[in-house]
Amino acid sequence: MSLSSAVITFPGSNCDRDAQTYLEALTGQDTHKVWHKDVSLPKVDLLIIPGGFSFGDYLRSGAMASKSPIINDVLKHADRGGYIIGICNGFQILTEIGLLDGALNRNINLKFLAKNCFIKKNHDNHFNKKILPDHCLSIPVAHNEGSYYNSEEGLKSLEDNQQISFLYCDEKGNTTDQSNLNGSLNHIAGITNKKKNVLGLMPHPERAFQDFHTSQDGQLILESLLG
Amino acid sequence: MRVKILVRLKKQILEPQGKNIEESLNNLGFDKCSNIRQGKLIELDLPDGLEDRNTYIKTICDKLLVNNIIEEYEVL
Repeated sequence: MSLSSAVITFPGSNCDRDAQTYLEALTGQDTHKVWHKDVSLPKVDLLIIPGGFSFGDYLRSGAMASKSPIINDVLKHADRGGYIIGICNGFQILTEIGLLDGALNRNINLKFLAKNCFIKKNHDNHFNKKILPDHCLSIPVAHNEGSYYNSEEGLKSLEDNQQISFLYCDEKGNTTDQSNLNGSLNHIAGITNKKKNVLGLMPHPERAFQDFHTSQDGQLILESLLG
Repeated sequence: MRVKILVRLKKQILEPQGKNIEESLNNLGFDKCSNIRQGKLIELDLPDGLEDRNTYIKTICDKLLVNNIIEEYEVL
């Protein structure tokens, strides 16, 4: 399937160019670049909200970006079933907007984590359907606030509605305290909304797809959407 | 009028900064300090005699200053 796409840049975004390259390489189409002060999105199938430190992470990660002028149209895009992937700071922004449940807290060990980690798929959705259940993807993380939190009822609702897309694991697929590198509740690395057209994840698939990257597993997420 | 709003992580949420501060204080010999939690203080000016002051403060907290999923606040 052909997939048109756009990337939003906020002041302090630093993975927008990588996201654009990821999209263009795998979809074979030009990606629209959108500035956060724009008031409308181009008509596209997929929108990436990239990683970085939007507005310097002032107040809370993603809090300021969630009030940018473009967000009204992001909500409309999600409402009409358009796909959105929020990566790292993009995930934080999606929780601050309210498109995804829960929040991202400081990593449990208070360290900025910049390393490869392993994730595996949990509940099936459009973003992971090409990934085999026993495949552990090697994907880099680079974050300070990635510890996923939700209330007990919130976590139950995510389980009941099959919204937990990715879990942190070790290279054999075991979910251990050690593989849960930032202290996320229930080892959560990525979730979707109820309609499953919006994905937020802390690891960076756009840093794991080219030959010179240490892993190409990030391709599988976009290839799942491409069908 | 100056308004001071104290924002903190909810009690049931682990606050690793406070835990580390506690360890450091203990290492310095201040071993009577426990249950340390760090929050943030937001100060702002509002016009004197503002009608519905409390509602106004609640609204700005709900809209931006506080993430109600993980944080709670009080006006000092």
